[in-house]
Amino acid sequence: MRRIAFILMMLLAVPVAAVEPEEMLADPVLEARAQALDHELRCVKCQSESIASSNSDWARDARVLVRELLTEGMSDEEVVDFFVARYGDFVKMRPDADGANLILWASGPLMLLIAGGLAFAFLRGRARATPQQAGALSEDEEARLRRILEE
Amino acid sequence: MITELGHFALILAFLVAIVQTVVPLVGAHKRWASWMAVAEPAATLQFLLTAFAFAALMYAFITSDFSLRLVVLNSHSAKPMLYKISGTWGNHEGSMLLWVLILTLFGASAAWFGQSLPPTLRARVLGVQAAVAVAFFAFILLTSNPFLRLVVPPFDGEDLNPLLQDPGLAFHPPFLYLGYVGLSMAFSFAVAALLEGRVDAAWGRWVRPWTLAAWVFLTIGIALGSWWAYYELGWGGFWFWDPVENASFMPWLLAAALLHSAIVVEKRETLKAWTILLAILAFGFSLIGTFIVRSGLLTSVHAFANDPERGVFILGILAFFTGGALVLFAMRAGVMEAKGVFSVVSRESALVVNNVLLAVSAFIVFVGTMWPLLAEMFFDHKLSVGPPFFNIAFTPIFLILGAVLPIGAILPWKRGRIGRAMRSMRVALILALVFSLATLVWAISTGRSALAPIGMFVGAWLVFGALTELWLRTGKSGAARLLRLPRADWGKALAHAGLGITFIGVAGLTGWQVEDIRVAERGVPFEVGAHTVELVDVTDLQGPNFIATRAEIILSRGGEEIARLFPEKRIYPVAQMPTTEAAIDSRFLRDVYVVIGDPQQNGGWTVRTWIKPLTGWIWAGSILMALGGFVSLSDRRYRVAAGARKVASSAAVPAE
Repeated sequence: MRRIAFILMMLLAVPVAAVEPEEMLADPVLEARAQALDHELRCVKCQSESIASSNSDWARDARVLVRELLTEGMSDEEVVDFFVARYGDFVKMRPDADGANLILWASGPLMLLIAGGLAFAFLRGRARATPQQAGALSEDEEARLRRILEE
Repeated sequence: MITELGHFALILAFLVAIVQTVVPLVGAHKRWASWMAVAEPAATLQFLLTAFAFAALMYAFITSDFSLRLVVLNSHSAKPMLYKISGTWGNHEGSMLLWVLILTLFGASAAWFGQSLPPTLRARVLGVQAAVAVAFFAFILLTSNPFLRLVVPPFDGEDLNPLLQDPGLAFHPPFLYLGYVGLSMAFSFAVAALLEGRVDAAWGRWVRPWTLAAWVFLTIGIALGSWWAYYELGWGGFWFWDPVENASFMPWLLAAALLHSAIVVEKRETLKAWTILLAILAFGFSLIGTFIVRSGLLTSVHAFANDPERGVFILGILAFFTGGALVLFAMRAGVMEAKGVFSVVSRESALVVNNVLLAVSAFIVFVGTMWPLLAEMFFDHKLSVGPPFFNIAFTPIFLILGAVLPIGAILPWKRGRIGRAMRSMRVALILALVFSLATLVWAISTGRSALAPIGMFVGAWLVFGALTELWLRTGKSGAARLLRLPRADWGKALAHAGLGITFIGVAGLTGWQVEDIRVAERGVPFEVGAHTVELVDVTDLQGPNFIATRAEIILSRGGEEIARLFPEKRIYPVAQMPTTEAAIDSRFLRDVYVVIGDPQQNGGWTVRTWIKPLTGWIWAGSILMALGGFVSLSDRRYRVAAGARKVASSAAVPAE
């Protein structure tokens, strides 16, 4: 099901790995930075792909632009900001850790703390429970036991 | 004619499901044996009718009956037979029919193998299972009928999406659905237990095989899908954190948690309420997955988005079953008190830690998947949550899980000592450290990140830990004892080692992949890592329903030819879609992955080559995990019928 959907979504983009030889920069360090950036930027015309994996025209133009900006001497952050200024936060694959997004970033660690705390409290409770109480029968069971003994 | 019979059978199955919901549930409430007895034949009948409807649809696909709308949209007379068959479920309507077919199959299996369940519990399980089926029969008949005819049938069909015409993908959905829908059994058992007001060791033992089976199928389904993505999408990624992938991953995580917490219920009569809650949530997430894929709510999933009515319908089903079950849970959870007493350091606690980590990781995937939607709804903020987020947020939890697993797995029940467990594991720890130190040296010498060696360490620690555990179990009596170990122990060791091997594969691929993209000239070899690649020739080829451009590439190492690779680029004229067929030379320690691109003006061709270290281990580990599940399932003690019989007899003693 997941795949079928994935595929239908791929209908819009040709499923070929993206960066073309003629787009690549001669400087290997710069090109490595560019390829890392490709994974951080979303192809806004595609479904759920970065510009690194999409082969649409939009992604191709975006990759060329990334390389032009890097060649001009922009830092990685400046390139991302350049895209965000034009396409909004939607273009970023890695959401910022500020504002409402703090909920997103903090929810995992927070949940781990809460769940861990609850689990620890539970385990402590189990360790302190007296075996007597633990072995006791419920009312239902006692009723059943009485019935069976009477029979 | 057969089509109409299929349609009619589907409507009959719907009616049978309604009867199977109402009569046994009322019967169980009133303790009327004759009413409860309706459940079993009804479950069998429901399955047979649905199977007939599915067979009728498949027949239409096999015979290319283009008077059927669904066949026209998804098939073509020139398509190979395998894909005519798999085309039956390669679309929304057909896949929903497969969904209910599997749902009724599980229901019928519960009737066949559940002979020794207490009659009221069995009636309730089958009743709840049928209630889920009623909702999905209604969904199919009202919004997604596969049996619609066309007034004017065309001469030929529009072909199945070419990406789906692949053996790996032909079998991916059935396995995935067996997993998704298998969790409905855990759900039915949970709701039945809540109605019954009783959860005990026997319940834990009954629910475990079903959960284990569902988890095994989910594992296979996800692995097949990820393997397919690896060789078919043309750049060798195996996991994309796409909402649709996450939709299958969340139930897998929760099923894994459920599997382990049911052990605690079975052995120690503790964690009952939590286990029930997990069972409800695991199936709830299966439904959420179905909803995500078919509603088009999340922008990334264009999938079956054309009809919002379907999304609303599934949302209704989701709200009714999960909401209803949770309300029931809130009313009855108090009844289920914990019985076992154990120390903070014990197997019980280790399994609680397992559950915390698995549940939190599922929660992280859930929040990350839904966040774009929530942010837009509540903060009017359009944003994306991509792989960088999941890699940072999810990976640490799984590394912690892997790090504590081998110790937790050998802690004794009730009371253990960490120091003692660590001492038993010291050989495994040293081996894992040596192994990861070697990879760390490699990482530093190749200038790669140090994160991959951490993954390597945890993976090796899991594998050596599983081996150590087997060795500890045999004691001094050696190999003979090893063969006599219960199959559940073997299953546990296999599954845990499999997880480790998958860890190693993922770490190897992400840490040490070498990539080369260039314009290759015919007959001019070039170096990629330690390998030499040479483009020999490019030819055109005519397939049954596609046209291909095929390259011949010689792969050599140290001057010696080790493989001839034939990557292809295909065009499916009917669907007007190109695909890439990567050529992969798979070896134990690495894959060489070659893709042919576009012709260039100078007569050369774009060739992409990747050296992907240890990539095969990702799926080898997944297969091992699934195998471990199967081996455990075959344990005499856990076999559905045998286990139930044994427990049923002991359950007759009230003061257990």
